[in-house]
Amino acid sequence: MIETENLTKKFGDLTAVDSVSFRVNDGEVFGFLGPNGAGKTTTVRMLCCLISKTNGKARVAGYEVGSRTDSLKIRRLIGLVPDNVGLYDSLSAYDNLDYYGRFYDCTEDERKDRIPHYLKMLDLWDKKDAVVGTFSKGMKQKLAIARALVHEPQVLFMDEPTVNLDPEAAKAVRDIILELKRQKKTIFLNTHNLDEAQRICDRIGILNTRLRAIGTPEELERTVRSQATVVQLERTNDIILAALRKLYPSGVSVDGSRITIAIENPDKENPAILEAIVRAGGRIQSVSVVGSTLEDAYLELVRERRRD
Amino acid sequence: MRLSKSWDVTSKDFKVFLKKRGLIFSILAFPLIISILLSFVVEFVTQSASGGGSGATDLQTLLPSFTFYYAIIAAILPTSTASYSLVGEKVEKSLEPLLATPMTDEEILLGKGTAAFLPPLGATLLGASIFMVFTDVLTHGTFGYFYFPSLDSGIVLALLAPLSAIMSIEVNVMISSRVSDARVSQQLGLLTVFPMAGAYLASELGLISLVTSTLLIISCILLIADILLLYVSRATFQRDKILTSWR
Repeated sequence: MIETENLTKKFGDLTAVDSVSFRVNDGEVFGFLGPNGAGKTTTVRMLCCLISKTNGKARVAGYEVGSRTDSLKIRRLIGLVPDNVGLYDSLSAYDNLDYYGRFYDCTEDERKDRIPHYLKMLDLWDKKDAVVGTFSKGMKQKLAIARALVHEPQVLFMDEPTVNLDPEAAKAVRDIILELKRQKKTIFLNTHNLDEAQRICDRIGILNTRLRAIGTPEELERTVRSQATVVQLERTNDIILAALRKLYPSGVSVDGSRITIAIENPDKENPAILEAIVRAGGRIQSVSVVGSTLEDAYLELVRERRRD
Repeated sequence: MRLSKSWDVTSKDFKVFLKKRGLIFSILAFPLIISILLSFVVEFVTQSASGGGSGATDLQTLLPSFTFYYAIIAAILPTSTASYSLVGEKVEKSLEPLLATPMTDEEILLGKGTAAFLPPLGATLLGASIFMVFTDVLTHGTFGYFYFPSLDSGIVLALLAPLSAIMSIEVNVMISSRVSDARVSQQLGLLTVFPMAGAYLASELGLISLVTSTLLIISCILLIADILLLYVSRATFQRDKILTSWR
């Protein structure tokens, strides 16, 4: 559905997006994760044909980003929820959707059919005639999502849709995205909320000007390889520690009667660890494996850029 | 270019304008007040004519100037609508979703330009009509005929007023790229009044006479200026710059 190859955007001397290549499949929720200024919004704007690219190639729904004729076709097939909702505050919720429906060439019958559908789906039907200026941030965000859906796009681009929302409103927006995911919509989600990305996205790209990594949340967690086996003993002694340090010269730490051993593969390594402890006379109370999180992966990958 | 899409933008702006009472008041009040004031002046001069003064001659001098005011008014009024139409979208941050729709820049600009053009021109013509009707009623006894409509008033209202309104809108498009406050845009947009005000001043100083040929020459100059400004304002309206450097 979306393909980029060395997509690059420069503003003068500043490179905002540097040779980014990825592919988003049909019906997939793809998250772009990155800190502020990582180039997420710039990438979305390029893909939505709002700004030009400096180098590289990109295709959306088979159409070439950057071609004047294809740009109009792409914009017809996509929906955008920008970081600033940009609704007309002096118009009603219904009128906002109605005008955007017209801008997207929806017929009157289509608008009469879809606008109530989306307003009801997003729990805004009771407010259809209310002026948008009176809406809360959460309601505006939901209306912006309805606006992006009213022409039934093939791809939905969402630029940080839960930023600045209170937890309840953010959850409501996340639930809407999950509902759209169930409907097999292709969604490109910009976020810097790790939890949100992990819960919603099928795959995630970590961007920090350059694409640092791409994969499922689980794949990204594994890239950090910082797993550890934590063994709670009745008590520790030097013989047990010496036995473990013989297996792992570095990576063994002790906190009271709890020993933490940095490992790579718990299935293969844990039997040997436990055997060494028992042979050394240790009495094991519990064993657990602590894995790396998406947050660990994200922070490590983002820090890589600073080291570059 | 799909005119229906441009009209969708225009009708959306009309609906937004209708919610802004201050804007409607400023568009309607100015030409109506000027028209009533000018009618009072005509009434005053007519009274002095009936008293044996030089009123008829004075009226022949005054009325072309008064008619020319409507070309100036047509340049002033669009500064409000154009500012709200373009800077208003900037303030509400609604340009990004609008630009993401499958509309060309030309369709958006034409739609916004039409929205900024029609209400002020309508108000100008309304004010001019009131002034002309009052003037005809008041001066028929003095002249022995209806002074309006005339060829010169036709040129002012059919050529000069629309052309000066278009110039005002084009200048506002350019200003919009630099400011993010509708009132500042409006104030800077008033600079477009200077060419028309200059022509009026020149006529008052006796440098030019606002006769048919002069009005046609001014119209031609405005037409050329409008065409040049159209290219400049079109060049100003670039998606990249609107989203990344318009502040």
